[in-house]
Order: sequence, then C-alpha cells, then structure tokens
Amino acid sequence: MLEVKNLHVAVNGAEILRGVDLTVRRGEVHAVMGPNGSGKSTLAQALAGHPAYTVTEGTATYEGKDLLALKPEERARGGVFLAFQYPVEVRGITNSYFLRSAVNAIRKHRGQEELDPLDFLQVLEDKLRSIGWDDTLMNRPVNEGFSGGEKKRNEILQLAVLEPRLAILDETDSGLDIDALKTVAHAVNKLRAPDRAFVIVTHYQRLLNYITPDVVHVLFEGRIVKSGGPELAHELEAKGYDWLRAGAMVS
Amino acid sequence: MTSIEAQVQQPYKYGFVTDIESEVVPPGLSEAVIRLISGKKGEPAWMLDWRLKAYRNWLKMEEPHWPNVQYGPIDYQAISYYAAPKKLPKLDSLNQVDPKLVATFEKLGIPIEEQKRLTGVAVDAVFDSVSVATTFQAELAKYGVIFCPISEAIREHPELVQKYLGTVVPYNDNFFAALNSAVFTDGSFVYVPKGVRCPMELSTYFRINASSTGQFERTLIIADEGSYVSYLEGCSAPMRDENQLHAAVVELVALDNATIKYSTIQNWYPGDDEGKGGIYNFVTKRGKCAGKNSKVSWTQVETGSAITWKYPGCILQGDNSIGEFYSVAVTTRRQQADTGTKMIHLGKNTRSTIVSKGISGGRGQNTYRGLVKIMKGADGARNYSQCDSMLIGDQCGAHTFPYIDVRNSTAIMEHEASTSKIGEDQIFYLRQRGLSAEDAVSMIVNGFCKEVFKELPMEFAVEATRLLGISLEGSVG
Repeated sequence: MLEVKNLHVAVNGAEILRGVDLTVRRGEVHAVMGPNGSGKSTLAQALAGHPAYTVTEGTATYEGKDLLALKPEERARGGVFLAFQYPVEVRGITNSYFLRSAVNAIRKHRGQEELDPLDFLQVLEDKLRSIGWDDTLMNRPVNEGFSGGEKKRNEILQLAVLEPRLAILDETDSGLDIDALKTVAHAVNKLRAPDRAFVIVTHYQRLLNYITPDVVHVLFEGRIVKSGGPELAHELEAKGYDWLRAGAMVS
Repeated sequence: MTSIEAQVQQPYKYGFVTDIESEVVPPGLSEAVIRLISGKKGEPAWMLDWRLKAYRNWLKMEEPHWPNVQYGPIDYQAISYYAAPKKLPKLDSLNQVDPKLVATFEKLGIPIEEQKRLTGVAVDAVFDSVSVATTFQAELAKYGVIFCPISEAIREHPELVQKYLGTVVPYNDNFFAALNSAVFTDGSFVYVPKGVRCPMELSTYFRINASSTGQFERTLIIADEGSYVSYLEGCSAPMRDENQLHAAVVELVALDNATIKYSTIQNWYPGDDEGKGGIYNFVTKRGKCAGKNSKVSWTQVETGSAITWKYPGCILQGDNSIGEFYSVAVTTRRQQADTGTKMIHLGKNTRSTIVSKGISGGRGQNTYRGLVKIMKGADGARNYSQCDSMLIGDQCGAHTFPYIDVRNSTAIMEHEASTSKIGEDQIFYLRQRGLSAEDAVSMIVNGFCKEVFKELPMEFAVEATRLLGISLEGSVG
C-alpha cells in the first residue's frame, strides 16, 4: 500500500533523507529505528506532507497514487495519519469539537453524511470503550495544559476515531513513563487491523516490547541500512547504534 | 503570500456605492455650516448654542498625535459635514423609504421592510448624515422604551437629551469629541424607563455612502433604575481611494441597578493592500455607571477602518458597579489600530474586566492601550485584564501599552498578557487531521477569540464570525 523509493528530503536546504526505500503492505506493522539525527522524524513528516520538508528526489506511492502530489489534508482524508511527536495546542477549541471537525472533513471527502454532535458523541464513546479509555480529555481545549502523557494518549485517541489505513507514529513513546507507555501500546495493539498498516518511528526498543512489529528497519544517516524481523530490535538494544557506523561505511 | 495570510486578507464585501440623489453641503467648517446643520434638523436654540460652544473650543484644540498610528494631515475644510438622500420619508411610514435605500440595507443584511425584518431586533438605519428608518418603534413604545434618531429626540424629548447629553463625554473632552459635538448629524437615542427590561435587541446600522464626507454620529443611551438594554451597532462604507473621517461619540448612562450591554461590529472600509483609502475611525465611547450596582459592558469586533483610534471606557461611579470590555481587533493589509479601554474606579467595591484580543496580519499594526485607574475612595476595587496578541506572518506588529494607576491600597489588580504566532506547525497539525488550510486558520483564530465572541448577542455572533470568515461552532461547542 505504501511504496517509497529513493526518497531524498531536505529541511532548510540541508539534505536529511538520502535515498530511503520502504515497502509497507496492508495490515503490516513496521518499526523504523535509528539514532538521533538519522532522519526518522523527517521521514514521518515528509510522508504526511509538512511544507517545511522538501522532497528533492524519489517517489512515494500510496494505494497506487502519487502521495507526494497530494496536499497534507488530502493525504489525511485518504487515510494517512501521523501521530505527532510534539502535538500542537489549539486554544479555545475543545478536543471533541476538533475531532468532530476532522471526522466530518474526512467523511465529506468520502461522500458520507457529516455527523451531528450527538451522532459523533456515540461514535466517540464506542471508540473510547474499544480501547478502554474514558472521556476526560474530550472537553478540554486541544492539548492545552495536557501533560506529555496526555498529549500522546490524545494522538492515539485521534488515531482510533479517524480510522486511518496508514498510521505513522512519530516517537510516540518518547517522554512516557512505563505505565503510560503500556497504556498507549495496549491501545495501538487494539487498533491493529488487517486493513491498517503502522509505521512506528522510535529511538528505543522498549515500545517494541509491547507492540510486536512485522518488520524492523534501521535508519542511519538518511538511509535504511538494515531491515529484519522483531529480533533486530533486540539486537539494536543490546549493541546500540555504534556498530552500524562501520557497516554503513562499508555499504 | 502564504495560505494563512490569504485567509485573513479577504476582499472587502461591502464596498459598493448606492447611486442615489443626495443633498451635500459644500466642504468646509464654520459657524455658518453648524447653523445650517442645526437648522436642517429643526433644533431648538439650546442645541445650537451647545454646538457653537463645542466648535469654539475645538478651534483652540490640537489634533492628538500620541496614538501609535501614522497618517498624513487631515484637511478639515475639505470635508463635507452633511450629506443626506434627497427623498426622505416621513418617519411614521417606512413604506415611503426610497427603494434604493431599502435595497442598500438589504444588501448589507439589514432588512428594514415590515415583512422582512429581523425578529427580536429593532433597527435604526443611518445613511450618511441622517436616519432613514427605525423599526419596531411602536412596539417598543408599549414598554415606554424610546428608540429614535437623536435628531428626533432633541425635538421630541428635549428634557432627557438636555439632562444627559455631554454628561459622560463633555463637549470639550478631546479634539474629535469636540468636533463631533459641533457637527454631529444623526445617531440613535435610547431611553429605557425604570424597571423595564427592553424586550428586544436594539441596533443601529451606520452606512457611509457619499464621497468626501465625514460621518459624525452621536449616540446616547440611558438606562433608568433597574432597567436592562442590549444594543448593537454595525457599520460599513464603500471602497474609495480617499480617506474618510468617522468621528463618533457614544455616551451611556446606567442608573441604579441598571445594565447596558453595548456591542459593536465595526467593518468600515479598511483601504487597499497598499494603504490607499479607508476610513479614519476616531471615536469616543464612554459609559457611566452612575448608580449603585449598575453595569456597562462593551463588546467590540473591529475588522475595518484604515485607522482605528478608540477606547470604549467605563466610569464606575456607583458603589458595586461593574465595567466590562471585550474586544477583538483585527488589522491586516496596512491597517493600524490603537484601541483599548479606560476603567475609572470611583465607587466602592467596583469591578472591571478587560479581555482584549489583537490579531495582526499582512502589514497591519495593532496596539492595545488600556488605562485602569483606581481612585482614592474606591475601596475594594478589583480589575482583571487580559491582553492577547496573535501574529500571522512576519510583516505585522502587535504592541501593548497597559497603564495602571492605583491610589487605594485595598485594590486588587490582575494583568495577564500573551503573544502567539500562528505558525506552519500549528496549521500543519490541523491539516494532517483533514482540515483545509482555510478551516485550520479559522479554527485557530476562532479559538483565540472565543472569550469575546461568547459575549456577543447571538445575531451578532454569527455576523462577527462570518466577518472573520470563521465558523462559530467551535467556540460554542
């Protein structure tokens, strides 16, 4: 469903990704690991279409379409979701209103009827129940005054409600204590589905103790230098990233 | 231009000109012109004397240049001080209103015809220097509420006008107030008798149409003991290359236990992207909480004018009286605004609240200027001020000048201020959830203004949000 070939991305004129190849099939869970500065977040942001990330070379095809030709909102409406590493605050707008607006933008795009507040509330309650969360965050302004853990949880809640076919998680585990990490991982596992693929970007292996990926990739200096099964994550945890440096130079 | 900037710089939608035969007094200001205006209005001698007193004072005054705005010199002799459509109806019959005027106000969303009127809102429609229609007057009279053009009030209710005119904004208050006192043409008069809760919203719509004229309206609202009134004011003007002067005065008087809620949607022509044309909006608005437990609440949404200079304030004279000021001021293109409020605490246990939201885009400059003054006798006075600025793009400016003058040690003052910038990251977050760039900006601006919009009466809240091109739902959801 997602086919990335030779992707080069620059930020402020500096090339961060230098030829990434990545193939994700329906329902698969891919983990992208790598040291700081290797380009993990750049990959996530570029796939979602952040205007500050300029694609200088390469292609990305999503469900047969040229992903890079689409505006960010078109990608979102087409089922691409990014859980942000640093979710943004929106003052004065409640979480539930924000989510309903997003749901309706997507429904409208699909030619479905928009949900009124009552219908939406029902959908929301069902979703919350399915991942075992309550609605305490819903009537607060979007991310305003949220703790780090609440912000990340809110991202996953949005993921649950918006039902994407490709969910990209950008360091969702960073800044979480172990309990919050388990809560988030538990919800993600509940959201795994045959028609929903995940790309989980993470620095540490610990999230992968709770979410078992199908494929693990190692991103290093803007390229994917190694791919393997879940055991690769353990290897990285044991050895660190340093051993890759030599390998990268050889290849 | 980014999509964010494009969003806040929508074309001006009310810039049309009504082709109507008008009587325009030749440009220039003199005692003769003032006598002419007074004569046209059929005013009594005391009114003319007051005008002339104001004029003679004005001649000795200097135009203020302390506001944080820049503009070339104004030639007061090049302005015409009176313009009126020739075919004027008799005020007892709205059916005689020139169809062109009816069509003009309808185009502005202010239907004045019997069958199309807004329910629950009485409207006084002012076109250039005269009121052309006032709706629901008979209905209001049943409650003893007087709602009429001020020129009519001067003739029909001289005792009330004489008692209150100039008691809140004296004829020599400031340069533009003095000018207004000398030449004011129309505006609305409201009197709500003791114990009456005005059964509908009252509203005045001001339209400048003629070129090379100024509009100098004067509004006087009196809420007698234990009464309540909510008043709305809207305005717009055609797009012209010249700058036109609008120097209004609004006076509010709230007696014991009375409440006046005054809302403004100001949408004068702001000028073009290069700063050509637009209205100079130099306005003095003040409310006096004369009685105990009285309340004056100002809510304003300012999107228009090339230059705005106004500080709707409250004199909190009665013990336990309350003053409020809620404001959204938007400057884009080359607009400049220096606006805020004055809260003067005189009585005991008086309270004031200030919530100011400034939004700057394009090359707009937005200044908040506010004075909170606690006088010696104002034991237990409290003020809460909140000034938030939002910047869109990197060529605009936001400035804040809060003045605090406390002369009583029992006062409690709180002041909060913030400046934020709508950034690409914020827009991107919302777009990543499926919202268009336009909707994303709307939602962010809407959330930012929420505390002010919720103070507007429903009819105006819709208008205000439409004006900003934004959806209201978010702020009430």
